[in-house]
Amino acid sequence: MTASEHVLGLGWDDVSAVEERDGMPTLQVAPQRLRELLEILKRDLGFEIAILVTAVDHSPKAPRFELVQQFLSIQNNERLRLRCPLEGDNPSASSCIDLWPGAAYMERECWDMFGIQFDGHKNLRRLLMPEAYGHHPLRKEFPHQGIEPDRLYREWERSRIERAAEREGQEGVNS
Amino acid sequence: MGSLKEITTTDDESGFMATQVNELMNWGRKNSLWPMPLGLSCCGIELMAMIGPKFDIARFGAEAARFSPRQCDVMIVAGTLTWKMAEAARTIYDQMPDPKWVIAMGVCSSSGGMYDSYAVVQGVDSILPVDIYVPGCPPRPDALIDAIMKLQRKIERENPLKRVLEGPTDLDESGTGIFAKAPNMEVKTNRYGTYMDDSGMKDDHSTARAKEES
Ligand code: SF4
Repeated sequence: MTASEHVLGLGWDDVSAVEERDGMPTLQVAPQRLRELLEILKRDLGFEIAILVTAVDHSPKAPRFELVQQFLSIQNNERLRLRCPLEGDNPSASSCIDLWPGAAYMERECWDMFGIQFDGHKNLRRLLMPEAYGHHPLRKEFPHQGIEPDRLYREWERSRIERAAEREGQEGVNS
Repeated sequence: MGSLKEITTTDDESGFMATQVNELMNWGRKNSLWPMPLGLSCCGIELMAMIGPKFDIARFGAEAARFSPRQCDVMIVAGTLTWKMAEAARTIYDQMPDPKWVIAMGVCSSSGGMYDSYAVVQGVDSILPVDIYVPGCPPRPDALIDAIMKLQRKIERENPLKRVLEGPTDLDESGTGIFAKAPNMEVKTNRYGTYMDDSGMKDDHSTARAKEES
């Protein structure tokens, strides 16, 4: 029995099989069931590795975001993809880093690029963009040339010049 | 005979001693350019090839690539500069001792190239005063050697004594503007065009002459 058959056999009505792509069985799961399902995948079905945690922005369709997770089981030579639609513009989902610590960076990247919160993630900082950036670049409304891409640099430059001027002023007082 | 300051700051023919000293200083500077290899992405490989034995930049006295900015003269920005890296690049530039020059290698550092995106600096000339642009993706090492030779020709026409005697120029205050400006350089805000032509460069003499004429 494959993993997806096992999961579907549990009889949950908020988990369903959806179209299979690239030969990878795919399950659609509701956000409130996600955590439970992840625990089963890890504990009972032998998925040792979280290969991918990412998201898709479907705007202007609702639900807007879809969390996509892929898992690999080496012992059963099996892969599984989960798709989890998330409501709202600033959605959150449950983190899986207590089950797969390797997913920590992927969740951080997902937060950075899409602005999806992961509940239970201890260190949900931006991964690629500067911490104070304030935008999530892979969202649909984000223009590809960016929104003031040089803002943080210019702020830094101004503070650097001020510091230099201060230093000069102090030296002037001393001499 | 006037003071040293007088003879050096007046122009060409009158300052015999000044031209000799200038020439000596320029000769020394141009033949011992120590590059700061800011290899940020794929262009860095060509930069290494240029320093290596096959293309052998040692023939032009520029083989001593130093990874400490304190020991460098010319910063070669080889690769895609992102805004996150820009602070580091500018800090490295500030830490280099004067005199210093910048070569923008490849279309990425010249204009952002194909990365017309939120993450990439659209031309390092928006944060650094660039002396030479090298087109290509990546430029061949030969093109970079050509850029070094062009830079040498540019250095030949500088007037270092004048700067020593007259104190800071706008190069030293370059941190204050968005476009840091080197004294001999005309800032060109070409977002997509790159050039490796020295027609835009002015030496101190021609600037002074232009002032006289006007
Ligand atoms: S110009 Fe081309 S080779 Fe050079 S860093 Fe950019 S993409 Fe890479």
